[in-house]
Amino acid sequence: MTWIPNWLHRLASPPVFHGFADRLTPWLALASAVLLGYGLVGGLALAPADYQQGEGFRIIYVHVPAAWMSLFVYSFMAGAAVVTLIWRIKLAECVLTSCAPVGASFTALALVSGMLWGKPMWGTYWTWDARLTSELILLFLYLGVGGLQQAIGDPRAAARACALLAVVGFVNVPIVHYSVEWWNTLHQGPTITKFDKPSIAPSMLWPLLSMALGFTTFFGYVLLQRVQNELLWRERGNPWVRETLA
Amino acid sequence: MSDFLSMGGYAVYVWGSYAAAVAVFAWNLIAPRLRRRALRRQLHGARQEQA
Repeated sequence: MTWIPNWLHRLASPPVFHGFADRLTPWLALASAVLLGYGLVGGLALAPADYQQGEGFRIIYVHVPAAWMSLFVYSFMAGAAVVTLIWRIKLAECVLTSCAPVGASFTALALVSGMLWGKPMWGTYWTWDARLTSELILLFLYLGVGGLQQAIGDPRAAARACALLAVVGFVNVPIVHYSVEWWNTLHQGPTITKFDKPSIAPSMLWPLLSMALGFTTFFGYVLLQRVQNELLWRERGNPWVRETLA
Repeated sequence: MSDFLSMGGYAVYVWGSYAAAVAVFAWNLIAPRLRRRALRRQLHGARQEQA
């Protein structure tokens, strides 16, 4: 594969990746803190109340970033799955494995915050409309990937199975996204992720984007640590692991 | 301040959501750290036993 740049090739080496992750994580932590900090202040204090939902709309600053992350992490996981299936690169297997629990937690957060938002605004915690149902299926897919990984002893065979599930399940990602357009849903339609000007006030939008970016850098921070752990475990026979953990 | 805490009557729903977010963030921060500690014990500890 001559088209792979040298630095990327070296990064697939476990000890090199470990050092790279160590150098990157503090910056991701800092970025997350700043972005989440501004997002929270902007969302909880600076943004005005909504004319229909009052202060209740502030759930958006948790719910929407969590929901976006649930889809982003799955896409990332599916990408790692494709690399795993085609090239069988260990680093990709570790990324695939590490994405599942983190993605599941964001999906659960999207669902729970959505339920808490639905109760006062719609009068119900839940309905089986296309958006909510497909997001719940996304959670099951994440749990399935995690469960397969735990259930299959050999890590490489487990990664293959998880990769297959992740790739097959990827069809759900556009379904979740377009569900509010393809079906009649209780869940509202897109206000931001559409090919048009966002139909939300700027003072409400900027903290939301900041939270979304903060969630993303936080995901990066967590993912790097989890991938490091995976690699340390898989490479436990190698001396670099003991030196690193000293 | 009490206006802020009551969130216009939506306190349970708004703060409930933020509490769930805190829980998710906390778990994502703590779980990998615990695993790293366990790895350190298992792998470095075993070496010392062999030595």
